[in-house]
Amino acid sequence: MQKVFARPATLLETGFHFCPGCHHGIVHRLLCEELDRLSLADRAVGVPGVGCGVFLYDYIGIDTCEAPHGRATAVATGIKRVLPQQFVFTYQGDGDLGAIGTAEVIHAANRGENITVIFVNNSVYGMTGGQMAPTTLLGQRTTTSPAGRDCQNDGYPLRLTEMLAPLEGVAFAARVSLHNPAHVKKARRALQQAFETQLEKRGFSFMEFISACPTNWRLTPQQSIAHMEEQMLSVFPLGIYKDTTAGVLQKEGESANAVL
Amino acid sequence: MHMKEQRMMHGSIALAEGAITAGCRYYFGYPITPQNEIPEHLSARLPEVGGVFIQAESEIASINMLLGAAAAGARAMTSSSGPGISLMQEGLSYMAGSELPAVVVNITRLGPGLGGIAACQGDYWQATRGGGHGDYRLIVLAPNSVQEMHDLAIKAFELADQYRNPALILADAILGQMKEPVSFAEPKIKIPAKPWALTGAAGRSPQLIKSLYLADGEMEKHNWRMHEKYRRLQEKECLVEQDLEEHMDILLVSFGSCSRMVNSAVALARSQGYKVGHIRPISLFPFPEAAIRDVSQRVGKVLTVEMNTGQMWDDVRLSAYPGSQCRLMARPGGAIPAPKQILEEIKKFLKVGDLLAKSVR
Ligand code: SF4
Repeated sequence: MQKVFARPATLLETGFHFCPGCHHGIVHRLLCEELDRLSLADRAVGVPGVGCGVFLYDYIGIDTCEAPHGRATAVATGIKRVLPQQFVFTYQGDGDLGAIGTAEVIHAANRGENITVIFVNNSVYGMTGGQMAPTTLLGQRTTTSPAGRDCQNDGYPLRLTEMLAPLEGVAFAARVSLHNPAHVKKARRALQQAFETQLEKRGFSFMEFISACPTNWRLTPQQSIAHMEEQMLSVFPLGIYKDTTAGVLQKEGESANAVL
Repeated sequence: MHMKEQRMMHGSIALAEGAITAGCRYYFGYPITPQNEIPEHLSARLPEVGGVFIQAESEIASINMLLGAAAAGARAMTSSSGPGISLMQEGLSYMAGSELPAVVVNITRLGPGLGGIAACQGDYWQATRGGGHGDYRLIVLAPNSVQEMHDLAIKAFELADQYRNPALILADAILGQMKEPVSFAEPKIKIPAKPWALTGAAGRSPQLIKSLYLADGEMEKHNWRMHEKYRRLQEKECLVEQDLEEHMDILLVSFGSCSRMVNSAVALARSQGYKVGHIRPISLFPFPEAAIRDVSQRVGKVLTVEMNTGQMWDDVRLSAYPGSQCRLMARPGGAIPAPKQILEEIKKFLKVGDLLAKSVR
């Protein structure tokens, strides 16, 4: 009998601490599949930011360095400059990367640091208990926007992929979603491209994963999937926003149709 | 050790060259006066020796790049001045908690706030008390000459690696800008193996560098283990210069650039027949408590002279033999105590004793 599905070797044999219906586990699994496929487990260094993803080291069997909140891309810069041959990635949430770490990610991207950024966008602060994030949708209720996010007071959802993709140092930028298996497959394909971007030393690669946080959305896992499809994807359109192998910067509409 | 000829050199450049001699190949920094000579020099020098210079977008990014380079096992450095060092406190706390060795240089300026760029010693507390959150210490070295800017840069890397702790060099604009002859010894630099470093888990189990401890009792254990390290530093690594006489009526204590003025005051006082001793802490953490305790026991009167409103004075009073009379001569805000003024303080102290706890001119 042929085995068609197995635990990636790099994914450690332990249970996740993530809540039911959380998509962090899927991102972890995709990462491990890529680390295995490209034989990177013994030359990778992961840098988790502060948030629900901080325990990356409990699940993925690679060298790992914790970073202060928001500073993962600066920490990864230091590591990568010392170890240019190794594979270095950060794993950050929307609060970590989109709020407190905005300066660090913009400048790492602008320097064209040859690292890969895994950005998990679930539009809410997960670990601290569901506060408003820079990516929180207008009208979305959180513990710090109890009446719903109001643009007059709180501004608008921040689109990080769109901000970063035009920078010349960025070689690859994509936004993918994890709301159904077909999109998980597309996410895997884009992640492969992001990893290969770094291995080919082409510059900064950025992967935004639209993900569910059922706990802080106060929704069931099924309702969360519907929320992603119906509410999030129109605010955060999917697509390959930048791929330097394709030679040109693809426009939002084109890219969304072209690949994802 | 083979001694090369002496060269006239700026303090900042001597420090930067000392770092290169120590094997530092990575520098991350953000411009701020009065320390720009260090990044400017290293931006040209590091590529020559196969190193990397990055001008970061902020001091916050600098310190975290430093954290990453240290985690990867490299000797790396950043430098800044007061306001920038304030921004680095978060990273320093994480580095201390993660036990990452690296060197941070503070060419201080006036404060609080934007202050000014003149020489001042107002960052003593920030340097020696941890500065960031949590229960930790930095190794703090305070040069008082261009030669020491060079030599202590090397020493800072050695201590940082040996104790797996960030080390800070506390200097000021006087030391950073002045020119003095420096002799370049070629010390044997041995960078210790760093089996804990993150290099990719080839041929070994994956490793982790972290400061998060959530399990019951883990953090307390970690704190006590770090405390034990600080105790060992206190026991073994105190650096101090002592200029003592057989019989002394008064002991002066000062550090850094201020000690140069005190040296002159001591010479002046002795020429007038006063029996004066001088202790200069070179390591501010670990603070040379024992030296001050022992000498103050013999002398009884201790005058601390510093360029702030009285910060090291805390450590001097904690170290002085119980019952010693401790006075302070303090000049904050960029003022520099002149040797003659210090002599006046010495005379006053000898005459009136310790009528006031504190005398600030
Ligand atoms: S709080 Fe949200 S993001 Fe965090 S583990 Fe739970 S579902 Fe996932």
